[in-house]
Amino acid sequence: MAESAVRIEGLRKRFGEIVAVDDLSLQAQPGEIFGLVGSDGAGKTTTLRLLCGLLKPDAGTMAVAGVDVLREPEQARGRLGYLPQSFGLHDDLSIAENIRYFADLFCQEMSEVAERRDELLAATGLAEFTDRLAGDLSGGMKQKAALICALIHRPEVLLLDEPTRGVDPVSRRDLWRIVYGLPAEGVTVIVATPDADEAERCSRLAVLAGGAIADLGTAQELIARHTSRLVEVSVADQPRARGALRELPGVAAISSLGESLRVSLTVDGPSADELAQVLREREIAIGGATEVEPRLVDALLLLEARAARDGDA
Amino acid sequence: MRRDPVLIRILIIAPIFQLIMFGYAATTDVTNVPVVIVDQSNSPESRAITNSIRGSRYFDLIGHVRDPRELKTVLDAGQAQLALHLPLEFARDLRRGEVAQVMLYVDGTDSVTANTAASYMVRMLQGFAEGVVVERMRLRGGATGGMPQIEMVPRVWYNADLRSANYMVPGVFGLIIMIITVAWTAQSVVRERQVGTLEQLLVTPVRPLELLIGKSIPYAVTALISATEIMLLAIFWFKVPLRGSIPLLFALAAVFIVCNLGLGLLISTITRTQQQAIMATFFFLMPGVLLSGFMFPVSNMPWIIRQVAWLIPYRYFLEICRGIFLRGVGLGVLWPQAVALVVFAILLFGAGALAFRKRL
Repeated sequence: MAESAVRIEGLRKRFGEIVAVDDLSLQAQPGEIFGLVGSDGAGKTTTLRLLCGLLKPDAGTMAVAGVDVLREPEQARGRLGYLPQSFGLHDDLSIAENIRYFADLFCQEMSEVAERRDELLAATGLAEFTDRLAGDLSGGMKQKAALICALIHRPEVLLLDEPTRGVDPVSRRDLWRIVYGLPAEGVTVIVATPDADEAERCSRLAVLAGGAIADLGTAQELIARHTSRLVEVSVADQPRARGALRELPGVAAISSLGESLRVSLTVDGPSADELAQVLREREIAIGGATEVEPRLVDALLLLEARAARDGDA
Repeated sequence: MRRDPVLIRILIIAPIFQLIMFGYAATTDVTNVPVVIVDQSNSPESRAITNSIRGSRYFDLIGHVRDPRELKTVLDAGQAQLALHLPLEFARDLRRGEVAQVMLYVDGTDSVTANTAASYMVRMLQGFAEGVVVERMRLRGGATGGMPQIEMVPRVWYNADLRSANYMVPGVFGLIIMIITVAWTAQSVVRERQVGTLEQLLVTPVRPLELLIGKSIPYAVTALISATEIMLLAIFWFKVPLRGSIPLLFALAAVFIVCNLGLGLLISTITRTQQQAIMATFFFLMPGVLLSGFMFPVSNMPWIIRQVAWLIPYRYFLEICRGIFLRGVGLGVLWPQAVALVVFAILLFGAGALAFRKRL
C-alpha cells in the first residue's frame, strides 16, 4: 500500500481545561478529498493547525507526505498548503505581488511558477485583477487569491479551513471547482467544514465531536450507518409537534430543517401516515408527512446528538 | 473596554507608576553635583572649603586629584561635573587680604545644571570669604588693611556657550531612535499577528530564526536612517557640534537599536491589539525617558530612583551621545556605557526573541 498522504496517530491537544483534540487518528490517501466535519468547537481548526505546525500537540504523531511534522517541521511545511479561515494576504500588496511573495517564501522561482499562476488566475477569474491591492478585494475574491497563494508552490497536501465561509455562491463554485481538480494532480486535500452539503462532496469524511472522531467513512457509508428511515413532516408549530412525537416508540431523533421536522425512525418504527395520525389526534396542523431519502445532514445530526448524549453520560 | 483586561491594567497601573516616577525624578533642584578638587594650597583655608563642599547637599565630593592636568580626564569621563582648583597662592593671598583666585572648571554639557551648580559654588565661596572677613575684623577689632576676596575664574568645557540645544539635541537623537524602534516594532508585530500575515509566514518553510532576523532588519535599518536624518539636522540646523567619531556613534546606535528591538518584541508578545501596544510602549518608554537623565540629571534623584535608573538602556546611550557629540570622547572613556549597552542588547533581544518564538 502506498504511503498515506496524511497520517495522524493518537493526536491530543488541550487548552487549559478544554480538550480540543482527543486521541485522534486518521489517514488520508494520496489524491483524496478528505473532509473534517463537525459543529463549531469540534476540533476541526485545531487539528489543521496542529497538522501545519502552528500548534504543538500534547501527544501523538503526524506525517505529511511521509514527512514527520514534529521532527522535520520545515520539510513538512514545504509540502503543505494551508488556507486558514482568514488568510494572511498583505493588504498593501497587489494580487500579483502577494503571489510572488508567497512563491518567494517557498523558494520558488517566478519563472517556474508563472504557468501555475496563470492557470490558477484563469480558473479563479482573477486574471484581470492582478494589479488590485488585496485590501480592496471582496470576500470571495480575497479567498480565491488566498487559494492561489496557498497553491502556488504545488503543495502535496492542501489544508482548507472552512474555505467558503462568507464567500458568495459564484466564488464558492469557483473555489470548489479548483479543489476538485486537485486530486487529478495528485494533491491531497483536507477540508474542514461545518456544512453537510460541502462535506457530501468529499471522498471520505471524519465526523468530529468533542475533539474525537465520532465516525469515519464515505458520505454513503455514514448515511447508511446512522440513519434508517426518515419522514419529513411539514408543520408550523414545531415545538408541540416535537413534544408529541418524541416519546413515540421507534422514533430515534428529530431535527428541524426549515419549515419541516425530519423524524428519524427505526426500521420497525411508525410509518409516515401513522405519524401524521398522531399529530392530527393532538390537533396539530400539518402540511403533510412523507417518507424521504436520508441525507448526510441527517446522519451528522444523529451522530452529534449521540456524541452529546455520550458526553453527558 | 471591559473586555480588554490588558488595556485596563495598563490604564490603571500606568498613571500611578508615572506619577511616582515624575514626583521623584522630575526635579529641577540641583543636588549632589559631583565635584572633584585640586587642592594645591593645602592650607587650613582650603581644607575648610573642601569640608564645606563635602557637607553641602548640593555637592557630592567624589575625590581629589593632585595635578590640575588630570582634571580633564575626570571631566571627560563625566565622573565629575565641576572641578575646583585651589592654587598654591590661595591661602597666602587670602591672608594678605588680596584677591585670591580659584579656578572652576564646569562640564557645560548639561547647561542648566552647569549654570545652577556654578552659581551655588560662587555663593558658597563668597560665604566663605565673608566668614574670613568677619573673623579678621573680630581679631583686629576694626577694618585695617585689604579685605580678602575670592575671585572665581570659571571655565566652561564642552559647551562653552552653555547652549541648551547642545545638551538636548544629542539626547533627542537617542530618544527618537528609541521611540521609533520600540513603537514601530511592537505595533507592526502585533498588527501582523492580528491580520494573520505572521501566521501565514509560519506555515512556510521559513525557520523561526530566519523569520526573526527577517522581521528585525527592516526596523533596524529604518531606525538607522532616522538616526542619520536626526544627526544631520542636529549638526546643520541646530549647529550642535559633533566632536567625536561618527562611526562609533553609529556602531553604538546599532547596539542601542538591538536593545529596543528586543523591548519592542517583548511588548508585542504581552499585547494583543495595536491600541494595547501603543499604551504599553508609552508605559515602558516614559520612565525610561524620565530616569535616563534626558531632562533631569540622574544625580539629583533620590537614592532609590538612582538605583532604578541603572536599568534604563537609554541612560547609557544618552551618556554616549552627549560624550561623542559634545566632549568628543571615544571608547577609551565611554567603554563602561558601551559594555552596559551591549549587555542590555543581548538580554533584551534574547528575551524578546524567546518570547516572540513562544508566542508564534
